[in-house]
Amino acid sequence: MKNKFYAKKLIVLLFALAFFAFLTAGCGGKDGPNGRVVVYNWGEYIDPDVLKMFEKETGIRVIYDEYETNEIMFPKIESGSSNYDVLCPSDYMIQKLLENDLLREINFANVPNAKEHIGAEYFERSLEFDPTGTYSVPYKWGTVGILYNEAMVSGPIDSWAVLWEEQYSDSILMQDSVRDAFMVALKLNGFSLNSMDENELLIARDALIAQKPLVQAYVIDQVRDKMIGGEAALGVIYSGEALYTRQENPDLAFVIPKEGTNVWIDSWVITKNAANPDNAETFINFMCRPDIALMNFEYITYSTPNDTARSMIEDPEIRYSEVAFPNLADFYGLETYRFLGAEGDELYNQLWKEIKSW
Amino acid sequence: MANLLRKKENNTFIIGSPYFIWVVIFIVVPLIMIFYYGLIDRNGNFTLENIAAIAQPVHLKALRLALWLGVIATVICLIIAYPLAYILSQTSINRYGFVVFLFILPMWMNFLLRTLAWQTLLEKTGVINNILVFLRLPPLNIINTPAAIVLGMVYNFLPFMVLPIYNSLLKIDPNIINAARDLGANSVKVLQKIIFPLSLPGVISGITMVFIPALTTFVISNLLGGSKILLIGNVIEEEFTHAGNWHLGSGLSIVLMLFIIVNMIISSIFDKTGEGNFL
Repeated sequence: MKNKFYAKKLIVLLFALAFFAFLTAGCGGKDGPNGRVVVYNWGEYIDPDVLKMFEKETGIRVIYDEYETNEIMFPKIESGSSNYDVLCPSDYMIQKLLENDLLREINFANVPNAKEHIGAEYFERSLEFDPTGTYSVPYKWGTVGILYNEAMVSGPIDSWAVLWEEQYSDSILMQDSVRDAFMVALKLNGFSLNSMDENELLIARDALIAQKPLVQAYVIDQVRDKMIGGEAALGVIYSGEALYTRQENPDLAFVIPKEGTNVWIDSWVITKNAANPDNAETFINFMCRPDIALMNFEYITYSTPNDTARSMIEDPEIRYSEVAFPNLADFYGLETYRFLGAEGDELYNQLWKEIKSW
Repeated sequence: MANLLRKKENNTFIIGSPYFIWVVIFIVVPLIMIFYYGLIDRNGNFTLENIAAIAQPVHLKALRLALWLGVIATVICLIIAYPLAYILSQTSINRYGFVVFLFILPMWMNFLLRTLAWQTLLEKTGVINNILVFLRLPPLNIINTPAAIVLGMVYNFLPFMVLPIYNSLLKIDPNIINAARDLGANSVKVLQKIIFPLSLPGVISGITMVFIPALTTFVISNLLGGSKILLIGNVIEEEFTHAGNWHLGSGLSIVLMLFIIVNMIISSIFDKTGEGNFL
């Protein structure tokens, strides 16, 4: 009897040890012969095969983390507790990182692919948030618009105002991020999306509060899956999802509203405290290689600023797609977000909280 | 003799040291950090503003709603859990602890996954509605409402109510019940005068273990409330993540801690022996 008791205990102990061994086996791991690079990127924003190819070709191990919004990423970098080398923030966040002295200049001699393959216009547009043009390398760009289900809407969809129509009650998905939500309301009322005018912001807040009963949910990445599943008729979404969602559900169409919208660029940057700045440059250079940029474009379908990669797209319908590569001169009211300072952040956040708790 | 005693104390200390280190690193230090951040402003000056911020209408509303939903979820859990625990403790179906095991089984799955599953089930075009429509019944539209959040809370926290009650019911000496019956008490009397009072520690422990996580949750309200319903947990989470204001987040956490401490004091008054703990 007693023996049986001990046998039982022994089995439990063995299980516990095996579990512990399993746990510790997971962490650590070995760096490649050329060290490592720690990357912090948007969720589902790269072809996983690209990372494997990079590791194989360069002997640099990639440690890869993901974030859902710029705002979640920032405090981790600011606090200095993380050891990320490469980030991929959007325009206004790059400006914020720069103003907080958290970025490191890129030596473009080590990133020859950038200037060779990425269109000059994208570097030019980057000057708005990276005035010296020495901190960022454009990775993806796009707009924000409305994704709608043609089978579930009536009449033309060409204005942000449809997001306030009663008939779509409980069928509207809004972005759960401060700037994008305010952008919709500000543009609807003809204001700048970088507005710091308190009256304009209060009008936008009241518009969003008035809209809230019609909104099904405030979501970010889920807009895509919910729209594909026919869960909602209208959703505010990044243009990069338009191609993919239409492949999955042919009823879905994307439109840039006539009041204008946000044009954004997500760019690679290197953190000030990067432990592996050389590997970071190697990584960014690899991302700019046309075949790699093409792989990433085909995998995530976000517009690439890599002109060489674009010319390699086989399907002319996609290469000249108005959705993937819109001619920005054709649209009215396009703006890029600017960092509005700590004061602006606080004001926007306070108003957003008031909307959310309404 | 004294020597022996001291040796024993020494042993206790050595054996207890891993736990002690654990407590310091993962409980004491984080608590100190929360108080540190909560009591200073962005410039590093002492302030009570972050704590007083709870009085702002936005925060008060979120706190009230969290308290309200937490109370509803706790009451529903209690109403479901007590009869269930009673049946489990009385009948022979559970002789080998099989039914209780079934109750613990879902807890082996990730909490997030289980909540996400409810999202898929409750969606407008989700599984439940497809079945209802197929049966020609009216669809259920509770996703993204407070009702869905309460459902998520009840589902996730029910085992924490069942297990302590079940344990305290098991510990009741059947002789006491037999004695009561011998003395002429009917079933209602026995339940009222013997079983319920003796299981009270389990009930109180269950209430604490359901109410506290329900009060502080932000995941359930985010996933099942469509981010439309702001509980105090969501406010704190937003301050730490999107808004990046750790000072305000910490200040509000301190306020929330007060509610938890009050809850725990009440439960320790009722549960002096600690027998309701199911661990």
